[in-house]
Amino acid sequence: MSLSLFLQVAVGGLLMGLIYALVAAGLSLIFGLMDVVNFAHGELLMLAMYATFVLWQFSGLDPLLLIPAVSLLLFGAGVAIYRLLIQRALSVRFNRGMVQIFVTFGLAILIRGAAQFVFSGEFQSINKSWLSGRKLDLAGVFLPLPQLAAAIVCLIAFGALLLISRTEFGRALEATREDRDAVALIGIDRDRIFALGWGLGTATVGVAGAMLAGFYYVSPNVGANFALIAYVTVALGGFGSLMGALVAGLLIGETEAMTALFVDPALKQVGMFAIYLLVLMFRPRGLFGTM
Amino acid sequence: MEAVPARSAQTASPARRRRELVTGAVLLVLLALLPLPIHDTYTRNLIIITILFAGLAQAWNILGGYCGQISLGHSLYFGVGAYVSALLLTRAGVPPVFGMLAGGAVAGAAALLVGWPCFRLSGHYYAIATVVVGEIFYLLFLNWDFIGGATGVNIPYKRALGESWLWMQFRTDKLPFHMIVLGFAALAWLVAWLIEGSRWGYVWRAVKDDPIAARSLAVRVFPSKMAAAAISGFLTGMGGAIYAQYVGYIDPDSVMSGQLSILIPLPAVLGGVGTLWGPVIGAAVLIPLSEVSRSYLGGSGRGVDLMIYGGLIVLVALLRPQGLASLLAWRRRDARAA
Repeated sequence: MSLSLFLQVAVGGLLMGLIYALVAAGLSLIFGLMDVVNFAHGELLMLAMYATFVLWQFSGLDPLLLIPAVSLLLFGAGVAIYRLLIQRALSVRFNRGMVQIFVTFGLAILIRGAAQFVFSGEFQSINKSWLSGRKLDLAGVFLPLPQLAAAIVCLIAFGALLLISRTEFGRALEATREDRDAVALIGIDRDRIFALGWGLGTATVGVAGAMLAGFYYVSPNVGANFALIAYVTVALGGFGSLMGALVAGLLIGETEAMTALFVDPALKQVGMFAIYLLVLMFRPRGLFGTM
Repeated sequence: MEAVPARSAQTASPARRRRELVTGAVLLVLLALLPLPIHDTYTRNLIIITILFAGLAQAWNILGGYCGQISLGHSLYFGVGAYVSALLLTRAGVPPVFGMLAGGAVAGAAALLVGWPCFRLSGHYYAIATVVVGEIFYLLFLNWDFIGGATGVNIPYKRALGESWLWMQFRTDKLPFHMIVLGFAALAWLVAWLIEGSRWGYVWRAVKDDPIAARSLAVRVFPSKMAAAAISGFLTGMGGAIYAQYVGYIDPDSVMSGQLSILIPLPAVLGGVGTLWGPVIGAAVLIPLSEVSRSYLGGSGRGVDLMIYGGLIVLVALLRPQGLASLLAWRRRDARAA
């Protein structure tokens, strides 16, 4: 095996890992805030990809330009999901943990069915954009531009999330996470913070979806696979930790790429799952987890 | 943490336990007679699948409901049971009646092997770890040529043996399989009934409600979880073996997919987690509804059936978080009295 092939695969894993990290960051944000695992996360990613696809079809704008619109749409979806479903699920008196799991799981099936109803089950993809088909040649290692752009946008989004966590709103988020009852005493509306937190988490997925749609096929079932990887990434990094999601995403992306290269492409997911289980043996709350 | 701690470990009065056993027996007789006036294959098949899922959900309920360990990887035990029994039959000629027990035993052992590392994890970490373990074995089975890989295992009809209970093969008649799944579901229900009244049942519910408080009262938390996992895995594996024999063909997608890991607990969750009747009622409502909507609306491939199914899950989970079983009047009266 040549060195350039190894580098090619390693870079591919890195670029994909950044996407995994951003998808996971949205999930981790919501979990960290209110202890809810959103089992419809993959379906929200799928919605973001379809939104990008449809907007691209109608406006002809490049997916890169559609990021703000798609993330805004997803922000709205997140707030709506919180207000309509999660707020109620948090206030039930019995089996709260299970109600959350199955409300978001039912929502996932609902969204998948709706996508099938509107778009049919066929695979579709954005085949014309500024970047599609172009490559950057780095001394024999080729970087496909759509993936490279996606990775850069992911890094920017991570930076934005870190900045947000330092604003007044970010501190309110943190305070609500620490003690959801005490914040009411200092005039913070808990439900408003939770709704905005959901919006922020799903907007993050919106960014990832818009970038992913630039080089990945779209279908009603595309979310399931990314969702599973997102759960693994979040649990590996530690629930609620932004840094954990980033490190775990990269680790997962690299493990996937290396397993495909050295073992068997059909078993690439086994490799990443095995790494996750191995880490969990030594750090039961993930790499950066405290909860 | 909940403001009002849930109290699962309530004492059920002996009278109520007797009443439940009698209700169970009456239901068993009624269900055994149910297919006699029904002759069309579709309905009979629907009833068999419903009863099978009632049994599987009850098996899950033993670990997920009574002991509170939300496993989302039960497809592994189902698949292991199905594969062990099917391979014993096709490779070694072992009758499925024994294969079913062997499948259950291997699945129970698998549950112990999974539980050993995973029970150290708590809450969502445990749930996601079980998803991942299930997914790993799904992928491994998919790529394992010795057991048929993605092509799966075909269980041929052996003409020489004819209709046989030992070999669990019946050419077209669905009635024997009705009795087999009914026996399986009754066994799962009976195990849950026994656990509910036994010392183990109390200990498990204490582990579910508050593991730290339980440990301070000298409850051995880890062995309790392992015992619940072994019993739950064994029963789920048995269900898998019966399913393999009933359908006559298995592959990783039909017996090990992650989807199945949700379908198994779903009746228990919607019917009532950690209750005797929850899985039964949940399956009786959910399975016919999903099958009928799929066969009438799913054919268009437009996802209407999925929308109804998903919407129903959301509604029941939000409106009846304690499960559909709580709608039964006598249960409410008991809950008030307690």
